[in-house]
Amino acid sequence: MTLAPIYLDNNATTRVFPEVVQEMVPFYTEQFGNASSIHAFGEEVGGALRQARRSLQALIGAEFDHEIIFTSGGTESNNTAIRSALAANPKRTEFITSKVEHPAILSLADWLEKHEGVTVHRIPVDNEGRLDIDAYRAALGPKTALVSFMWANNETGTIFPVDGLAELAHQAGALFHTDAVQAVGKVQIDLKATEIDMLSLSSHKLHGPKGLGALYVRKGTRFRPLLRGGHQERGRRGGTENAPAIIGLGKAAEMTLATMEQDLPRIVALRDRLEAGIVSQVSHCFVTGDRRDRLPNTTTIAFEYIEGEAILMMLNRQGIAASSGSACTSGSLEPSHVLRAMDIPFTAAHGAIRFSLSRETTEAEVDRVIAAVPAIIDQLREMSPFWSSDGGKAQFNPEYA
Amino acid sequence: MWDYSEKVKDHFFNPRNAGALEDANAVGEVGSISCGDALKLMLKVNPETEIIEDARFQTFGCGSAIASSSALTELIKGKTIVEARALTNQDIAEFLGGLPPEKMHCSVMGQEALTAAVAAWTGEAVDEDDHEEGALICKCFAVDAGMIERAIRTNKLTSLEMVTFYTKAGGGCSSCREPLEELLADVNAAMVADGTLSAAEAFVFGAAPAPTPKAKATGFVIPDLPPAPPAAPAPLQEPIAIQPIRVKPVTAAKLPPAPAPAPAARTSAQEAIAIARILEEMRPTFQADGGDVTLLDVDGNRVSVEMTGACAGCQIASLTLGGLRKRIREQLGRDFIVVPAPRN
Repeated sequence: MTLAPIYLDNNATTRVFPEVVQEMVPFYTEQFGNASSIHAFGEEVGGALRQARRSLQALIGAEFDHEIIFTSGGTESNNTAIRSALAANPKRTEFITSKVEHPAILSLADWLEKHEGVTVHRIPVDNEGRLDIDAYRAALGPKTALVSFMWANNETGTIFPVDGLAELAHQAGALFHTDAVQAVGKVQIDLKATEIDMLSLSSHKLHGPKGLGALYVRKGTRFRPLLRGGHQERGRRGGTENAPAIIGLGKAAEMTLATMEQDLPRIVALRDRLEAGIVSQVSHCFVTGDRRDRLPNTTTIAFEYIEGEAILMMLNRQGIAASSGSACTSGSLEPSHVLRAMDIPFTAAHGAIRFSLSRETTEAEVDRVIAAVPAIIDQLREMSPFWSSDGGKAQFNPEYA
Repeated sequence: MWDYSEKVKDHFFNPRNAGALEDANAVGEVGSISCGDALKLMLKVNPETEIIEDARFQTFGCGSAIASSSALTELIKGKTIVEARALTNQDIAEFLGGLPPEKMHCSVMGQEALTAAVAAWTGEAVDEDDHEEGALICKCFAVDAGMIERAIRTNKLTSLEMVTFYTKAGGGCSSCREPLEELLADVNAAMVADGTLSAAEAFVFGAAPAPTPKAKATGFVIPDLPPAPPAAPAPLQEPIAIQPIRVKPVTAAKLPPAPAPAPAARTSAQEAIAIARILEEMRPTFQADGGDVTLLDVDGNRVSVEMTGACAGCQIASLTLGGLRKRIREQLGRDFIVVPAPRN
């Protein structure tokens, strides 16, 4: 295929902005010193790191720049936050999270429950992915050490009202953490105006380099490091700073913030155009998630009676990159835990496709996707035993159900 | 993305024999929508010759499921029912130039559909044991919890290794080791509870493996080595203690060299025998220096020796041991630590 590729998988990762790369390169080749060193090689790095920290501080609206701890990524930030809160409050042994979190939260929760005596409450969601606030209130108590809810869901884009959820946690004397890996750069965030104690973010989701993340820890929050070592990050995260990456993230944060106000409405319009274009042409498909409150760049459309990996392979052949909550793409046979938690039927969960846009997405790209999708869906449905040629579900009940 | 062969991609993008077969007279339906793949195989069998004259499929599933279905129909068309029956999932995978391990279950689904269609033709009952039960634990070999539990119970399996031997689960990418360990521990615990397994034998999740007594190479005999030749008369009898230390290359043994290192892995007893032989060969050298070295024990990679006479406690001791170690490494092909026994 000679068609230019279309990248609509920006919730997986994003293209590093060329300006970001440009900013990073000198810190590999020229100003390669260790920021901890006293000589000139280290000195300039220290200054650049301070600048990067301030840029990120501005993007998330933190009150102080030292509330930011650089880590190796969103997963490390999440692990650090959860373990820190549990270690700093040994008399509280309960952890509240949701059923739709990223595995970086859920698999740690499973481990803590199984091996470290932590009681975990996993709050359910409704069929639009919205949190069951009553279940959350009921789970909060004097034993709650930490609450962790994602700011925005990576699969459906559904946004949780984290500032309100944080206030409820504080009323119970618990700490509040949010995994904002998908939200930072895509929604306005002003942490100093909230009661959020900790926030995780990842650089490569906002056009920064991979292998870098950050954990915001509100000043005064009790903290225990995950990685003990040198005095870097004020002793809260040992290990020589990944200076070029931090400087790259700083630049990406600066660029994102500078054009955010113009970018977000444009992305929403493109996303809505894509969504409407597909749903109006294809029968038996629907948009998942909370359509009133979700990320501007994300849409997940569930196509019934066909399987997601097959759709992705067909799209890929036309140069279109998207992703799927389908089991087969991940090598597991279980479809997305997020869609299952939302009680999306199996007939549709296996065929859910996520399109995630970026500020680089164009209208022409969106229109090409709208033109390509219906034929792919038709072709696969014709092969499906669950699809009846006159439209809808066929009578098919295999022996081994 | 998966590492699909060109043939898999071809059969996915250009599936052969897709769609309904109107006059099918043998149909096999397997899989389920909750599992993420399902296949309806439709055959037109000639009642006279039992030859499969046409085969078509409808598949709900990923790229490799569709490709496997397409391959299946190509493989069985023109075959007799008896011939088709002999087809295995490996034939489907091979026809496609291989499948990623995680996708082997797609070929199994093809075979299951064929079995179901053949059963529909012959009127046999389908083997109920082919049902998928419980969670899929091992993705490489598509082994579910039900099958693993049966194997553990029937064969009283208590180690992960044995579970892999009996079920193949965990034998591929190893990513299911943790759930497999948990399942093994749970089933063992249930077996202890119902009295079919003793608590001491049961596998406990997270516990270090029970120490198995090591076959210590003590008390072995050296079967085919003549007794060590009598120590060469020491050239100097009395003043030896005040002799300047002669740094003598300890490897320069005058005895014929030991046999070349065997390429095959030795057992620990065989290794101990070989070490004893090396020591016997080097002994005259030590004795020429007025000392002696005796082998006490070989345990894992530790060779314990007792040093007496001029060899003990002097600088030459480390040279002696270093030379011995080098020699052992040369001959056995792996490194040992040679340690002198503590002196009383």
